[in-house]
Amino acid sequence: MTADLIIFLILALVAVGAALGLLFSRNAVYAALFLVLNFITVAVFYLLLNAPFLAMAQVTIYAGAIMILFLFVIMLLGTKKLKTRGENHWQRRLAIGLGVVLLGELVTLFFIKGQRGTLLGDIGSKFGGPESIGIELFNQYLLPFEITSILLLVAMIGAIVLTKDN
Amino acid sequence: MDIILVLEWVIKSIILILFGVIGFAYTTYYERRALARIQTRIGPNRAGPAGLLQPVADGIKLIFNEELIPAKADKFLFLLAPVLTVLPSLIIWAVVPWGTSITISGREIPLYLADINVGVLYIMAVASIAVYGIVLAGWSSNSKYPLLGSLRATAQIISYELSLGLAFVGPILLSNSMSMVSIVEKQQETAWFIILQPLGFVIFFLAVLAEINRAPFDMPEAEQELVGGYHTEYSGMKFALFFMAEYIKMIAISAIAATLFLGGYSGPWVGSFPWLGPIYLMLKIIILLFVIIWIRGTLPRFRYDRLMAFGWKIMLPAALINVFLTAVVIMLLP
Repeated sequence: MTADLIIFLILALVAVGAALGLLFSRNAVYAALFLVLNFITVAVFYLLLNAPFLAMAQVTIYAGAIMILFLFVIMLLGTKKLKTRGENHWQRRLAIGLGVVLLGELVTLFFIKGQRGTLLGDIGSKFGGPESIGIELFNQYLLPFEITSILLLVAMIGAIVLTKDN
Repeated sequence: MDIILVLEWVIKSIILILFGVIGFAYTTYYERRALARIQTRIGPNRAGPAGLLQPVADGIKLIFNEELIPAKADKFLFLLAPVLTVLPSLIIWAVVPWGTSITISGREIPLYLADINVGVLYIMAVASIAVYGIVLAGWSSNSKYPLLGSLRATAQIISYELSLGLAFVGPILLSNSMSMVSIVEKQQETAWFIILQPLGFVIFFLAVLAEINRAPFDMPEAEQELVGGYHTEYSGMKFALFFMAEYIKMIAISAIAATLFLGGYSGPWVGSFPWLGPIYLMLKIIILLFVIIWIRGTLPRFRYDRLMAFGWKIMLPAALINVFLTAVVIMLLP
C-alpha cells in the first residue's frame, strides 16, 4: 500500500508539473511536449489502476498519433512566441470560474461518496484487460460504439471535403 | 516485494541492453561486409582478424569527434532528441520472449522480461512514440534539410503505422491472445504464422521497414536530396546515438517478426533443452537481418509521392483485406 502511495505521489507530481508546464510555456513545441509527458503519466496511472489496455491505447493514440499531428502542424506553421498578455479577460474569468466548479465537484465526490466506497465497486483481476473491454464494448455498448465510429467517419469526410480544391 | 525478483529483472534488463549495444556494433560490421559482397567488393578487413575490430575502431573515432551544436539550435531539445530516439529501441525488448524458462541453482527463471497480456499493444505504443526523437532532432537543429527530413519521417511513420497495426491483428486472431509468449506457444501447437498469414507477414515486414526508415523507404535520410536528413547537424557521440537507434531497431524488428511469424524461440528439442531457445531466436534474427541488408543492396529508393501512395492505396487496403479474410476463415472453421 505504501509503495503504491509513493509511486502515486511521484506520478501525480509529474502529471501536475507537466500540466502546469503546458499552461505556462510560451513556446508551442515545448507546450506540446509537456502535453505528451502528461499523457504518458496518465497512461502509467491506468497501469496502476489495473487497466493495461487503456494505458497502451492512451500512449498509442494520444501520446503517439494525435500529438505527432499537433507537432507536425506547429512545425509547419512555425513557432512564434506567444504574447504574455491575453486580450480576452472575460474568457479568463469564465475559465477560472468553471475550473473552481469542477474542482468543487471532484472534492465533493471524493469526500462524500468516496468514503463509502461506492465510486469503484469490487473489480476482478481481469478488469481492464483486452478480453473484458472487448466483451463489454461489443455486447453492452455496441450502439454507442458504432455511433462514435460513424461520427469519426463523418468528421473525416468533412475535413477532406473542406480542404479539397475545386 | 521479493528482492531477488527485482535483482533478476535488473540482470535481465542489463543483459538485454548489452545485447542491443553489442548487437548494434556487429550489425554495422555485418551490413558493411554483406553489402560489399553484394557489390563485389571486400568490405572492411583491416582492423583485427577479418576486420572484426572495425566496430571498436569506429566507436573510438566517434568518441573523439568534435561535438558541434549549431548556434541557433534549441540546445535542450537538440541534446534530448538522440536520447529520445535510443530509448524506445531499447525498451521495446521488454516483451520479446527468448525461451521458456531455465533453472539456475533451484530457481526457475523465465527467459523474458515481462509477459503482459497486452504485449502486442505495448510494441505499437513504443513504436508510436519512437518518432518523437526524429521530429525533435529535425526541428531543434534550426536548419532546413533536417526539418524537411523530419517532416518526411513523420508523415511516413504515421502512414505506415496503420498497416503495421492491422498486420498485428492476424497473429492476435490466430492465437486468441495479445501476449507474445502465448503467440509463440500457439505457433508450437499449430504452425508458424508465416504459413497461415503469408500476406500478413509481407505487410508487417514492409511496414516495419518504413517505420525504421530502412531502404527502400529511407526517404527521411535520402543523401542525394537531404544531405543527411534529420541528423545532418549532429556529430560525434550524438550522431552515434542516432546510428545506434537505427541498428538496434533493425535487430528489434527482426526479433519481433521472428516471434510473431517465424515461431520465435521454438525449434527442434527446445522443450527438453531450454537453452536452445535464445540460440534459435538469434539464428532467425540473423537471417531476417540479412534479408533487410539484401533489400538495401538490391532495391532503389522509392520516390516520396509514390511512397505515400503505396502506403495508403496498396498497403492499407491489403492489410484490411487480410484482417477480413482471417476473421472470416476463423469464424467458418470449427
